[in-house]
Amino acid sequence: MSDTSVTPRSIPDRLQSPAARLLASWELLLLVVAVAIFIANSLASPYFLNAWNLSDATFNFTEKAMIAFAMALLIISGEIDLSVASIIALASTAMGAAASVGFGTPTLVLIGLATGLACGAFNGVLVTRMGLPSIVVTIGTMSLFRGISFIVLGDGAYRDYPSDFSYFGQGYVFWVISFEFVLFAALAVAYYVLLHRTNFGRTVYAIGNNVTAAQFSGIRVERVKFILFLLTGLMSGVAAICLTSRLGSTRPSIGTGWELEVVTMVVLGGVSILGGAGSIPGVVIAAFVMGLVTFGLGLLNVPGIVMSIFIGLMLIGVIALPRVWKAWRA
Amino acid sequence: MSLLKSREALLGGAILLLLALIASRFPGFVAPDNLARVFTDTSPLLILALGQTVVILTRCIDLSVAANLALTGMVCAMLNAALPGVPVVVILLLAVTLGAVMGMVNGLLVWKLSIPSIVVTLGTMTIYRGIIFLISDGAWVNAHEMSAAFTGFPRAQIAGLPVLAWFGILAAAAMVLMINRTPLGRAFYAVGGNPHAAVYTGISVGRTQFWAFTLSGALAGLCGYLWVARYAVAYVDIAGGFELEVVAACVIGGISIAGGAGTILGTILGALFLGIVKNALPVIDISPFWQMAISGTAIIVAVTLNSRNARAKGRIILRKAQEQTEGATA
Repeated sequence: MSDTSVTPRSIPDRLQSPAARLLASWELLLLVVAVAIFIANSLASPYFLNAWNLSDATFNFTEKAMIAFAMALLIISGEIDLSVASIIALASTAMGAAASVGFGTPTLVLIGLATGLACGAFNGVLVTRMGLPSIVVTIGTMSLFRGISFIVLGDGAYRDYPSDFSYFGQGYVFWVISFEFVLFAALAVAYYVLLHRTNFGRTVYAIGNNVTAAQFSGIRVERVKFILFLLTGLMSGVAAICLTSRLGSTRPSIGTGWELEVVTMVVLGGVSILGGAGSIPGVVIAAFVMGLVTFGLGLLNVPGIVMSIFIGLMLIGVIALPRVWKAWRA
Repeated sequence: MSLLKSREALLGGAILLLLALIASRFPGFVAPDNLARVFTDTSPLLILALGQTVVILTRCIDLSVAANLALTGMVCAMLNAALPGVPVVVILLLAVTLGAVMGMVNGLLVWKLSIPSIVVTLGTMTIYRGIIFLISDGAWVNAHEMSAAFTGFPRAQIAGLPVLAWFGILAAAAMVLMINRTPLGRAFYAVGGNPHAAVYTGISVGRTQFWAFTLSGALAGLCGYLWVARYAVAYVDIAGGFELEVVAACVIGGISIAGGAGTILGTILGALFLGIVKNALPVIDISPFWQMAISGTAIIVAVTLNSRNARAKGRIILRKAQEQTEGATA
C-alpha cells in the first residue's frame, strides 16, 4: 500500500519495566486526552454533566466502535475493509425488505447478521482465494454493496419495522444504560479476549508483523484473514441492526462515510495502518475520545462539519506529534 | 501478440464493445457530437485520475482530491462573487496554486514525517471539507453571483470542443510526455517498483512522493475551478465521494495499487470507461441507481484480470547467465 521503507525491528537487550512501558504507552496518552476533553467539556457547557445527555452521547460512537473492534484485528493483520458502511446499507436494505413483507424481529436480526457475514465472506474470498489487494477489492465492493441498495430502493425508503425491533437502538437495559452501550461493552471485552488472550490473537499479530514468517511457523494465514473478513462483515451486520433500529428507517445512503470514521477510530486508537501493532483498549478509548469531541462540540453549537476538522487534525496530530518529538530529540 | 494481451488493449476492446452494444440500439449515442459531450463530461474525472495515477505509482494514495477540488472551487467562486473583475486567467492560476499547496501539505506529511499516505489524506480530506464550511459559513455561491466570464470559460468552444474537454486532452498529453520523457516520470515508476533500489540509484523516495502529491493537488485545484464554473454552483458537499471514483478509474485502467505498474493510457481508458457507463445508463433507460453497482463490479473484474497479467515481474536481463545456472543445476 504505502510502506516505502521497511523499518528495522530492533530487539532490546533488556525489557522495559511494566510501569515504564505503561507510562510511555499510546493508550495512556489517549486516556489523558480523553479526560482532558471530558473536563474541558464539563467546564464549557453546563449541560454536559448530565446522565441522560452523556448516555445520548454514547450513541455517537457505539455502532462505529462495534465495527472498529473487528476492523482493528483486520488492520493489525495487514488488510483493510473499506466496504463496512456499504455492508450496513445492504444489510439494512435486506432487513427492510423482509420487514415490509411481514417478517418478525428475530428473522430480521438473522437476516441482518447473515447479510453481513455473506458480504464479509465475499470480500474474504476475493482477497484470500484470488490474492487481490484488500484496499482495491473493498473499494469495489463498497460501490457494489451500496449500489445494490440503490438498485433495490432508489430514492425510496423502508419504514415499516415491527415495534419491538426498536429495542436494539432505542432500548435501555437499566436506567440510562442503553442496550447499545451494553452490547458495545460486551463486544469490547470479547474482542479484548480474542486479540490479547487467545492463540488466534497471537496469530493475527504474527501475520501483521511478518506474513512469510507466520506462514513458515505453521499459521494458516489465508484462513485467519478470511475469518477476520467474516468478523468485520458480521460486526457491520450488528451495527446495521442497531443503526436501523435507532433510525427506524432504511435509505440507501444510510451510514455514508462511516468507513472512514471507523478507520480513523482504529488508527487513533494506536493501531498501525501498516499492520502488526495495536490494542483493543486503545480503540475503546479512541471511541470515547471521538464520541466526546463530537458531543461536546455539539453542545457548544459547533456544526458537525467543523467537528470533522478536529477529528482530521487529531488523526494526523496524534500520529505526527510522537514522530516530530522523536525527530526533535534526535 | 503482446499488444493484444496488454490490459490497455483489453480495456480498449471492452470500451469498443460497450459502445457497439449501445449503438446497436441507440445509434445516436455514438454520433460524434454526443461522444464529444461524453468526453467533456468525463474530463474532470480524467484530469483527477491522471494526478491520482502518479500518486498510486509511488505506492501512495490520495483520498483528499475531491475535498481539495471542492475547497479550491469554493475559494474561486467566492473570489468571483466578491470581485467579479478579476480575470479568469488569474483565477485559473490561483486554483492551480492553491490546489498544489494543498497537495504539498499531503506530500510534506508523507515525506518528512513518513506517515502512511492513506492516514494523511484521510485526515486532510476531512480538514479541507471542514475549511470549506468555515470560509463559506455553509452558504452556497449560486450562478447569479458569478460573472459571465467565470462560468462561460469552461464552456467556450475552441475548434468544436469546449475548453473543459481541451483541458482534459492537454492534461493527458502533458502527463504522457512527463511520464515517458522526464527523469521525474521515470522516478515515479522507480520509487513504486522498488523503493530500496530507487534509493541506491540516487532517487529520493520521499521527495518523489512529494512531487506526486503536489501534481495531484495542482490538477485537483484546476478541476476545482472548472467544476464550479461548469455547474455554476459552489457548496460544501460538491464532488462528495468523488475520490473513490477517481481511484476506481485508475484501478480499472490497470494501475497497480502496489505501485510501479500501469500506464497513462490505461488511466485514460479507465476514466473513459466509467464516463461512458455513466452517460449511457439514462440513454438505454436503466435507472441511474445502477451506476454505483456497475462501477463496483467493474473495479472487481478489472483488478481480478490485472492480477492475472501481473504474474511476470521484472525483466530478465541476464538470460544467458540464468540459462547457464539452470543448466548447471539440472
